[in-house]
Amino acid sequence: MSDRLAVRKTYKLYLGGAFPRSESGRTYEVHDTRGHFLANAAWASRKDGRDAVVAARSAFGKWSGATAYNRGQVLYRVAEVMEGRAAQFTEEVAAGEGLSTAKARAAVDAAIDRWVWYAGWTDKLAAVLGSTNPVAGPYFGFSVPEPTGVVAVLAPQRSSLLGLVSVLAPVLAAGNTAVVVTSKERPLPAITLGEVLATSDVPGGVVNLLTGDAAEIGPWLAEHADVDAIDLAGAPAPLAMELERSAAGTIKRVLRTPAEEPDWTADPGLSRLRPFLETKSVWHPIGV
Amino acid sequence: MTSLFEYAPAPESRSIVDIRPSYGLFVDGEFVDGTGTPLKTVNPATEEVLSEVATGSEEDVDRAVRAARRAFVKTWGPMRPADRGKYLFRIARLLQERAREFAVLETLDNGKPIRESRDVDVPLAAAHFFYHAGWADKLEHAGLGPAPRPLGVAGQVIPWNFPLLMLAWKVAPALATGNTVVLKPAETTPLTALLFAEICQQADLPPGVVNIVTGAGETGRAVISHPDVDKVAFTGSTEVGRSIARAVAGTEKRLTLELGGKAANIVFDDAPIDQAVEGIVRGIFFNQGHVCCAGSRLLVQESVHDEVVASLQRRIGTLRVGDPMDKNTDLGAINSAEQLARIRELAAFGETEGATCWQPEGELPDRGFWFKPTVFTDVSPAHRIARDEVFGPVLSVMTFRTPDEAVAKANNTTYGLSAGIWSEKGSRILKVTDQLRAGVVWANTFNEFDPTSPFGGYKQSGYGREGGRQGLAAYLSSGDQK
Repeated sequence: MSDRLAVRKTYKLYLGGAFPRSESGRTYEVHDTRGHFLANAAWASRKDGRDAVVAARSAFGKWSGATAYNRGQVLYRVAEVMEGRAAQFTEEVAAGEGLSTAKARAAVDAAIDRWVWYAGWTDKLAAVLGSTNPVAGPYFGFSVPEPTGVVAVLAPQRSSLLGLVSVLAPVLAAGNTAVVVTSKERPLPAITLGEVLATSDVPGGVVNLLTGDAAEIGPWLAEHADVDAIDLAGAPAPLAMELERSAAGTIKRVLRTPAEEPDWTADPGLSRLRPFLETKSVWHPIGV
Repeated sequence: MTSLFEYAPAPESRSIVDIRPSYGLFVDGEFVDGTGTPLKTVNPATEEVLSEVATGSEEDVDRAVRAARRAFVKTWGPMRPADRGKYLFRIARLLQERAREFAVLETLDNGKPIRESRDVDVPLAAAHFFYHAGWADKLEHAGLGPAPRPLGVAGQVIPWNFPLLMLAWKVAPALATGNTVVLKPAETTPLTALLFAEICQQADLPPGVVNIVTGAGETGRAVISHPDVDKVAFTGSTEVGRSIARAVAGTEKRLTLELGGKAANIVFDDAPIDQAVEGIVRGIFFNQGHVCCAGSRLLVQESVHDEVVASLQRRIGTLRVGDPMDKNTDLGAINSAEQLARIRELAAFGETEGATCWQPEGELPDRGFWFKPTVFTDVSPAHRIARDEVFGPVLSVMTFRTPDEAVAKANNTTYGLSAGIWSEKGSRILKVTDQLRAGVVWANTFNEFDPTSPFGGYKQSGYGREGGRQGLAAYLSSGDQK
């Protein structure tokens, strides 16, 4: 061990491709599972939430309009860059979730592999979820899956990295942009993930990561007219019901959360892709 | 209405259909009395009372849900999938056999022209049953996992604009996937659903598989909020859709919503104008404009605006508005006094907000509910007639200069159900299609429907799809879908 004094990181938000502090100026203390101080995290406000929605909406056209091949490569790049910082993620996950180094490393590995799994989906969704429609008339009928738009994601509270990646990656793979409220008690891996995203060719604004309280920001996102869908993964039951009710006001697509936080190592299938995809059916004329 | 052409009346006979003076609810395979206050259903073209129909109370709905649950557990759920399919094939055939009867009854109860109920509503309803019948024993090939499972009891609430067709869109996929059904038809158009109940009896469909509980909003609320309903499907207004989504929040119920729309119909300067005019008419005046996907916002490229509008007005002048039972009629009656009042209110906003109103010459019948085909020009995107769903024969015309402007204006709405594009250029059609945020896009046509083509909205036009392989997902659960 050298006696060099470590340079500690200031954890800020990841918003519109930049790393600002909360506009509110608020921070809160983050501790490990034994109560030792780890860092001060930015405590995002509802205004930060609204700014994040603007950033996500601005980024939607470019991200949803990118070719599926391009999106796949960008998501794969996220896995590549994460792999290089696996040790840092392992340390943060171990401290934040109270895991042994080996278990934390396994969670990090699973998170990286999850990006790889979703990177491979981008150019297969149209084939698997789309169709040609043999309509009874002189039309070439076909249906294509398209991204829903801006998705608000309340990330899981317990699984700070694997859980986060498991809910975020499908939103991106489907071509949506995201406003994420991270785990409140365990926000640090999310901001490190933001650094990975910022250096992986993910365009600014496609992912916005807000550290703070889902109960504080969630209601504003649930009723925001420019948010198209909400994933309630990290909302406890009473809050989840309130948010679902509030999301009804603008007919948002709502991905409900099970009573218990699921086992994020399980094969996700299409369960987190379908809710954030629309189907467009097209009738193209046939004739000479 | 005066017309370029004189036509002798060609009324369809109503003698083919035998309307009973009163109807009960269809629960557990038989007609039973309802315990709510009965409602009268009228012919909107004459205001004649057609029949008295029972209203389902909460208690009646509970009986229907229990019957549906029993059928799900005891007969329909365990049945061989191929046999479920055969029942649906039977229903499709029975609908075809009694097609004229259904068409006449639909026109009497709804006010839509017999030509449309005969050529569109009823054949498409039969086609939906025929299509879904084939799925019943092929669900493991639907891409929803190796062993998709039905959800249980589906509570379905449908609107008055296509009473039988919406029933088919709801009931056929639910049954094909092994669910049982409690269906609440619209208050003003219950009769074809009750005739459909007779079809279920003729098909020997096991009791409780289909239950039909008539009534108004209260009955619908009881259906969607019943604790033993696993799946809620609703077609209707965005406002009611919101209240249903609120009611379902915090439950395990799965929900699909097919709601309102304010579709853009985009005419480029290279479009075949005569064909486009036919399509514009079909887009907004089909079914008196009582169509959630109606092409109610006409976006015309500036250089052809005057030509299109003149041609459109000439064509509208030849439309015949009147007796829905006349086989020559193009526009029938508005479905209810309430809907007529809503159309009048929004059309009045059009004038006070500064748009120019045009209607063809001609008289409307003295009795019944009528509204002339109406075109507003000089419409601004901020006008209510450009933003709110009128659900009537009212077209708002706006212009654009570039394709980008057309797309921006088309997408400038909280809705996203459908859109139309008129152009002779295939590459342009596909490019613009790609940019439109709408669930159905018609190119050089409008208001086409097919059971193989998934239908449903983006944004506040709802979620979930009806029809096609994609539509099955609303009624199944599998390993990767909760």
